[in-house]
Parts: sequence; structure tokens; C-alpha cells
Amino acid sequence: MAKLILSMDGLVLKEIPLTKERTTIGRKPHNDIQIDNLAVSGEHAVIVTILNDSFLEDLGSTNGTVVNGNPIKKHFLQNNDVIELGKYKLKFVGEAAPAASGEKADFEKTMVLRPAAMKAAAAAAAGGGGAQAAVAQRQAAVQAAGAAAAATGIADKDAAPKAAPAAAPAAKPGGQPLGAIQLLSGGNAGRELELTKPLTTLGKPGVQVAVLTRRPQGYFITHVEGANRPTVNGQEIGAAPHSLKDHDVIELAGVKMEFFLKA
Amino acid sequence: MDLTQTLEIATCTDPGMVRSHNEDSIAADPANGLVVLADGMGGYNAGEVASGMATTVIVTEMRQILANARPYEVDQKNNEEIAARLVREQVLKANTSIFQASQSQPQYAGMGTTLVVCLFYDNRILVAHLGDSRLYMSRDGKFKQVTRDHSLLQEQIDSGIITPEQAKKAAHKNLVTKALGIDPTVEPELHEYPTKPGDIYLLCSDGLCDMVDDEDIGMTLSTLGGNLKLAAQQLVQMANDNGGRDNVSVILVRVLREYPGAKGVMAKVFAWLK
Repeated sequence: MAKLILSMDGLVLKEIPLTKERTTIGRKPHNDIQIDNLAVSGEHAVIVTILNDSFLEDLGSTNGTVVNGNPIKKHFLQNNDVIELGKYKLKFVGEAAPAASGEKADFEKTMVLRPAAMKAAAAAAAGGGGAQAAVAQRQAAVQAAGAAAAATGIADKDAAPKAAPAAAPAAKPGGQPLGAIQLLSGGNAGRELELTKPLTTLGKPGVQVAVLTRRPQGYFITHVEGANRPTVNGQEIGAAPHSLKDHDVIELAGVKMEFFLKA
Repeated sequence: MDLTQTLEIATCTDPGMVRSHNEDSIAADPANGLVVLADGMGGYNAGEVASGMATTVIVTEMRQILANARPYEVDQKNNEEIAARLVREQVLKANTSIFQASQSQPQYAGMGTTLVVCLFYDNRILVAHLGDSRLYMSRDGKFKQVTRDHSLLQEQIDSGIITPEQAKKAAHKNLVTKALGIDPTVEPELHEYPTKPGDIYLLCSDGLCDMVDDEDIGMTLSTLGGNLKLAAQQLVQMANDNGGRDNVSVILVRVLREYPGAKGVMAKVFAWLK
């Protein structure tokens, strides 16, 4: 949920979540955010919040509304925007701001496309544009336009990845060093196995099985089945995944093996 | 018929790495062979309310009805199986509850939820779904998607506007064309498939299939199938490792043995004696 942080002279006074569609700011007590300061007009400004987007509008205040140092009449609030009202500052903090930009968040929220919007999207896809009027919900319009753009712009390969922030995983375990295990005992002693897959199972099904998982944080070993758990450096592992370090020695189903990282 | 010894069920749900709320909701009733997964949508906490209502209504209503019903019997009036009718009725009931709540309470306006419901009976699985939550099946090492999303993307793929490859990169993955609780009435898509002992069924929200390739999901089920609980946790972990942009929920169901519905003369006599 987006929120505003009210402060004066660097001192945080309170946090105000933007739960309502219209949040009014002014000096008079009926405002949602009342700022009792003569530099603030009775009805100074309003913030309109639609889904994840918030718009700030000045209501013809005497001293005006300033965002990031610029006087504005109407403004689409972005994360970390600072609204100045006299001596007071209101910082706008968007939803889930640090992890995903506002634009991405918009595209990832699951939404229903109603039949009316569907037709609009289809029309847009076929004719290219002109769909917005038919779409009641603003968000649906944005999405439909996006859909139309994607549908009509297929040939444009460069555009596709840009329009698709959701598809690219944030962190593929590609950048980390590759791990491997070498068998130290048993019939295949000396054999080496590279751990390239996200999951590698080891052991004998029905007797004792463990899985090595490759994650961005490194490699982990987890017990899967069997009465006994595998040991790492002589210590039996718990139920939770156990992080593997370079040159750890694993013992599983009577076979010893060494885990190591390849350069 | 108690299916507790017939079905092994493991569930896992997680808000993911980005969202603060978990709008997904899952429920399982192993005795009646019923699992339900819902991915809610709507402002602030309305998504959670919608998905929670869907799972609660369906599980509690079905539990009451299944206590005295034989889902494999065929309704003489319209030649429809009892199971399909029951599931459809409960889905509609949940739809009405959510829709009325969204109409009467302003903070819930516009809420809705996707839904996958699976009922296991008589060596079969009946699946009803709405929206982009999915059912997958793993049998004899083969992994495939069973349900087809009700989404704009799927419609575009079907009509040939885009290829499945392009769909993976599409920006509008999130637009569903059907959902529970949005309109006064809804028609869930119902299908029925035979099951075999050893099958693993996976119900998941789009937080899993958007973040993890089908191939990797299939591999996880085939390698960790021996430990269903771990497989469920592993799937959620993979989604989170890949970014975890959405809530992730999974329900895994493994069929351990045959579970035929009582039929035939002997069964009828037996039922009559009871």
C-alpha cells in the first residue's frame, strides 16, 4: 500500500497510508490529512489513488503545491516524491517500492478482463488503438493497450523483452561458481559429477536418498527419503536444507563423497 | 468413503519475495478427496478475503454434502454425474457469497479470485477451474499441464496471434478472462480424467508457473516425488529464488492406490444393508 510520510524540519511526524480513493490535504479539520499551518489553504490539495497509481492535484491553493522543488497543478506521484506544503514535507512511498518499480507492479497484479474490456482489447489488437473509450476501468485500458501493443508489435523483437519485465527471473544461478562432487569410496571411487542442474538426487531409492539443490545462495543438501539422514563432515544433517561449503565431505548410503566448487 | 489412506497431500503457500500479503488461499480435505486453491485479487486485503471465502465455502459445503452423497452416481434427470453437479453448485455458491460481499461492502468492491478445485472419487479426478491457477499432472515420468488458463494470453495463443514462446515474455500475463466473484453468475470449466496409482497432481497459483519453467517443475516432481512435502517446499523455494514476484501456492496430491466407487450388485446389497 502506498503511503505518505509527514515530516517537518527533518522530523517525521506520522505515516499516512493511502487507503482511500481520495485523500484530501488542507488546514481545515475535515481533511483526511489536516495540516494546521497558515501557509496551507483550507482545501489545499487532493491525492487520488487508483489501484497502484496515485495522482496529486492542487485545489487552487493560495501558496501552491510543490513537488521535488517544482510547483505543480497535477502530478503523477512516483516513489520518493517529496510534496512541500509550507514548512511541511510529505514524502510519497509507493507500494513494494524497493523490489519492483511501480510500472512493473502494475503489470503483475492479476486482474480480470471483463467481456466489455475483452472486446475493446480485441478491437485494439485488430485495429490498433481507439479502445480506451470503451473500457470502463482505467487499469483495464492500460492493460488492453499493452495487449494490443504486444499483439501488433510481434515483429518488433527488440520491444518484446522490454515489455516483459515479468518473464526474466531476477537471479538465475548462472553467475555462481559451479559445484561438483567426487566419490571418495565405493565401486565408483574417483568419479566426478558436475552439479549443473537445479536439482541432483543422490543415493539409492528405497534406502537413502538426498537431493543437492543449486540456488543463487549456493548449494544445499536435503534429506529426501530413508531411515537415516546423510552426514556432512561426520554430522547428521537436520530436516532443513543444509548449506554446503567447499570441500565438505558427504556420506550417504555408505558412500563418501566430497563437494567442491570449480573455479 | 475415506480417502485419507489413498491420497497423500502436501501443501505449501508463501507470500513470495515482493508482496507483503498472501492473497492465495489453499484448503484440503483428504478424507473426501477434495483440494481447493484460489488466488485472490482486489485492492488491499480484498484479494485475501475473496480467496479465503472461496476455499472455505467450497470445502465446508462439500464436506457436508459428501457425507451422504455418492459422487459417482448418475443423476437420472439430466444424465449428469452427481459429482459434477455438486462441484458446480458449490462453485456457484462461493461465487454468490463473494459477489454479494463485494456489492455490499465498499472495501471489497471488485474483488474476485481464480480457482482450481479437484475432487478425487472412483479412480477419477474431477477438476473445475476459473482463471489462471493451474492443475498439472505427472504420470510415468511425464509432466503436463491439465487445465487451460482463462487468460487473455491463452486466448491469443489459441487464436494464433502469438506463439507460446512469445507468451513467456508477454507483459500481460496477469489478465484473466474468468474469475470467481466478479459477476452474479459464473460457469466453471469442468473436466474429468481417470487416475492411476503413482500419479502426482499439482495445483498451483500463477506465482509458481510464471517464475519457474514447466520443465523445472516436472524435474522437481520426478526427483523429489518420494517426499511430497519436500517437493512442495522446493517448488516454492524455486519460485522465490527466481524472484518470487507473486504469492506462490502449491498443492501436491499423490494417488497411492486404486479407489473405485462402490458399484455393481454386491455393492448395492452392501449399501442397502447399511
